[in-house]
Amino acid sequence: MDTRRGALAVPKVRRVGFFTTIEPSPQDLTRPNRTQSDTIPSSPLSNSPSSNLISPILIPPSRHHSDNLTTTSRAAAPVPVPGLRRYLAHNDRSLHVGSYNPVDDSLLGTSPPSSNGEVSEDSNSLFGFQRSDSAKLSSSFPNGGFDLTMSVKAPQELTNSKKIAQVSGKSESVTTKSQKEKESKSLKEKTTKAERRAMQEAQRAAKAAAKGEGSRRADDSGRAKPGKATKQPQPKKEGLPATSSVSEKTAVTVEKERRMDVPQTQMQYDDKSRVEKAKKRAVVEQTESKNKVELFLHLPQYERGNQLPKLSSDIFTLDTIHHAVYKVGLQHLAGDISGDNARCIAMLQAFQEAINDYSTPPMKDLARDLTAKIKGYVSFLIECRPLSMSMGNAIRFLKNQISKLPQNLSESEAKDLLCSDIGRFIDEKILLADKVIVQHAVTKIRDGEVILTYGSSCVVEMILLYAHEIGKQFRVVIVDSRPNLEGQKLLRRLVTSGLDCTYTHINAISYIMRDATRVFLGASSIFSNGTLYSRVGTSCIAMVANAFSVPVIVCCEAYKFHERVLLDSICSNELGDPDAIANVPLRANAKHSKTDNNNNNKNLQYLNLMYDSTPSEYISMIVTDYGMIPPTSIPVIVREYRRENLLL
Amino acid sequence: MWRRSASFILDKHDNNKPISITQSIDSPPPPESSSMAEETNQNPNPNPISAYYQTRAAHHGIVTSDWLEQAQAAVRRYPDHDLMVSERPFSVIEEFDSWRQQPDLAEAVAAIRALAAVIRSSEAKTMMELEIELKKASDTLKAWDTTSISLTAGCDLFMRYVTRTSALEFEDFNSAKSRVLGRAEKFGEISCKARKIIAMLSQDFIFDGCTILVHGFSRVVFEILKTAAQNKKLFRVLCTEGRPDKTGVLLANELAKLDVPVKLLIDSAVAYSMDEVDMVFVGADGVVESGGVINMMGTYQIALVAHSMNKPVYVAAESYKFARLYPLDQKDLEPALRPIDFGVPVPPKVEVERSARDYTPPQYLTLLFTDLGVLTPSVVSDELIQLYL
Repeated sequence: MDTRRGALAVPKVRRVGFFTTIEPSPQDLTRPNRTQSDTIPSSPLSNSPSSNLISPILIPPSRHHSDNLTTTSRAAAPVPVPGLRRYLAHNDRSLHVGSYNPVDDSLLGTSPPSSNGEVSEDSNSLFGFQRSDSAKLSSSFPNGGFDLTMSVKAPQELTNSKKIAQVSGKSESVTTKSQKEKESKSLKEKTTKAERRAMQEAQRAAKAAAKGEGSRRADDSGRAKPGKATKQPQPKKEGLPATSSVSEKTAVTVEKERRMDVPQTQMQYDDKSRVEKAKKRAVVEQTESKNKVELFLHLPQYERGNQLPKLSSDIFTLDTIHHAVYKVGLQHLAGDISGDNARCIAMLQAFQEAINDYSTPPMKDLARDLTAKIKGYVSFLIECRPLSMSMGNAIRFLKNQISKLPQNLSESEAKDLLCSDIGRFIDEKILLADKVIVQHAVTKIRDGEVILTYGSSCVVEMILLYAHEIGKQFRVVIVDSRPNLEGQKLLRRLVTSGLDCTYTHINAISYIMRDATRVFLGASSIFSNGTLYSRVGTSCIAMVANAFSVPVIVCCEAYKFHERVLLDSICSNELGDPDAIANVPLRANAKHSKTDNNNNNKNLQYLNLMYDSTPSEYISMIVTDYGMIPPTSIPVIVREYRRENLLL
Repeated sequence: MWRRSASFILDKHDNNKPISITQSIDSPPPPESSSMAEETNQNPNPNPISAYYQTRAAHHGIVTSDWLEQAQAAVRRYPDHDLMVSERPFSVIEEFDSWRQQPDLAEAVAAIRALAAVIRSSEAKTMMELEIELKKASDTLKAWDTTSISLTAGCDLFMRYVTRTSALEFEDFNSAKSRVLGRAEKFGEISCKARKIIAMLSQDFIFDGCTILVHGFSRVVFEILKTAAQNKKLFRVLCTEGRPDKTGVLLANELAKLDVPVKLLIDSAVAYSMDEVDMVFVGADGVVESGGVINMMGTYQIALVAHSMNKPVYVAAESYKFARLYPLDQKDLEPALRPIDFGVPVPPKVEVERSARDYTPPQYLTLLFTDLGVLTPSVVSDELIQLYL
């Protein structure tokens, strides 16, 4: 009970990290001396009280934290600071930040954002005027997190109040060290690129200011946007010289930064600048389709079928992408592999092969270089076809495994370890999970039942075949839909195995639902509000089943659970080939008329959605590898097992 | 539904001899249909009638003393069973039976006590041996009555609670054993106190001048009402009759002794009197993973009526009744049958629904009062996941 409440309180803390418009809390106001002593009066940023309060906002979400932890423990030898002291430095920071924070006291004292190495980077930008050399020193290290904490510690000791806080903090925070590590992992993935870049730039600005060269520029930008002082706006990486148009440009960048403050999990394809950038990196050349669907501009809408020949001819000249990954990408593009599990397994096996063939370039770290490589592969795969949620989870698992590799392993050992980890993921989280699901679900099939299923889900197929094998007497209704007609393949396999089947299209659902006593559905993903994300049409089936009070059973492996919340089918979806719904394959003349007339019609847009979301109230039960659970328990599984999942 | 009825009845008619229901409780159980007999094959208790409900009947008999006769009859009904028990030096069932005789002790608690006794009298030399012995005992208990959800759930929870300790890492077997025993006793104690805790928790929900509808005789609900009466709360209780064993009448009887104003309804008058009801209190045979409850026949109906009239439905259940079951509909349960006396002879061709309990889905329940706290139905699954996985 208590732990649950504790977990609930965390988002509050996170809120402090993300939101720039924070109200000064009473606690802050009651400690004027502290806030003043913390901020440097000479800084141009500390004109208003609100800019004082901004410093806690700089708490960066803890993406790097665990990285930092691991690297600090690994790089213990070259750094001349004993590990314990480094820890204390971290803890000092945590207390320092904690004192600002209204929600902080016991909870944040052990929470990761405050103990993050990056905090020090940020505060460095505030203290930058005094400590230029420490900043220089830190920037000379590849990741200077801990060094900065050291340097930050020095000015802290100036104030008495802080000293007391340190003393009391040390004993407490040392004991909670392991706890911290644990929590930080759970929060790890939440930082965005934008925030990291913002920090980097803020740091750079401070450095420049300290050198006395760019102080004017910093002032300008500081004045231009006093409210936005958190993110020291700066011209981009190209290093544009400070001209008269600087303030204009900074305003634009600030605008952009603010937009990117919102943590993004997916690229929004209506964001022109980002799409341009992505295109430069792209391996697959996509031409955007002419008649785009308005509502779904944020999703990639490309012309179909013209990339494949070029890509397949490129296969002999590729250098950046491993051939196995390339093959899988092409298969995804061509639609040769469908089904989430199959796609995920194919991807993981390709990664396995790629890792096997990988050798670390000289002067590079295996973990870092390999992560970058994998990132490249993943973006290639995304270009071929957007990733499913489950693939995203699998990739996250792999990246986590790479980052957790022990430092003392040799290259071949590390590679073997990773390959066996991937193999285990496939075995345990996918194949074995399916077996467990079959065992559970088959108990819900009784003699004389009529089971309705939609499309083709491999788990549901396994369940039906197994139930038939153990001699249950039941009938199957397969509901299918255009354009993919996946149900036909399922129908063929079931009929050859001797099951009694009925095949119909989704148009007849309200008629055929009368016969059904159970609805079994597969899933692409299940979100933590219990929303089912599955093949388009599933939602319709579930709603009709609910109206006929037929129980809807969703079969889904736990690795497909996602901690996000989905409310509609618009935000996150995938668009299929629009021609597929325009063409009716059996009628040649229909095809003819389409190509003639409709393609050029500006007022006609074909929308071929791939997925839809089913609200949790239409789902009676979710069968997963942890047993049969109600949809309300998805967050419990995600909470309890995500950690373990990562540790696997 | 229309489509199932025709063939369904015909099929049933073919392989099912019509059962005469006019017999009294004391008479031997009717010859059962073939499917039922197969199911209970390995069951040491050859009686197709749910033992759980027999125990309940026996307890009520002792509580009110005019049922004593029937209770004794119920016990007398297993002469062969007693014989089998006496052959062995120590038997869980025997121990369980002796605990079960106490009217205030729930079946699951009796099972927990019996399992604790197994540990105490065990002659195992290693932890593994002890664990296996315990597992065997709990399996025997579960097999003794497969229809009792709380018995199964209680045994499972006990096994979880007791064997999930660091005791197994102890070097000395005796200290480890005493540790396990300590945990077992503690678990038994927690289970015993559960009812009191629930009664305490629920007091905030009973306000002066409220009208409470109760169904059947649940010992937890009775405890709640008793505590409320002792706290000088002013409330009125509507008791359903609770056919066929008239448990509602018993509850009305007991409440009247406490000077609580009681009104007795027939089961079919629930909807009629729902508008004057402020809240519904029911007990539970078992709380399932979806957060729904399995309880005496009629609970579902009452919950539906209360839901449609926007009255809160509160379920009082001890946490040892949390079971890892997930029924999808009413028929998706192990059937618990019991004889029903209709008062008039039932024609031989008429089929009789003899199921003793139904399943109430979670969307019709408002809150669950358990010894873990006052929970919403969805939390049950959370607790179960944390307990079992």
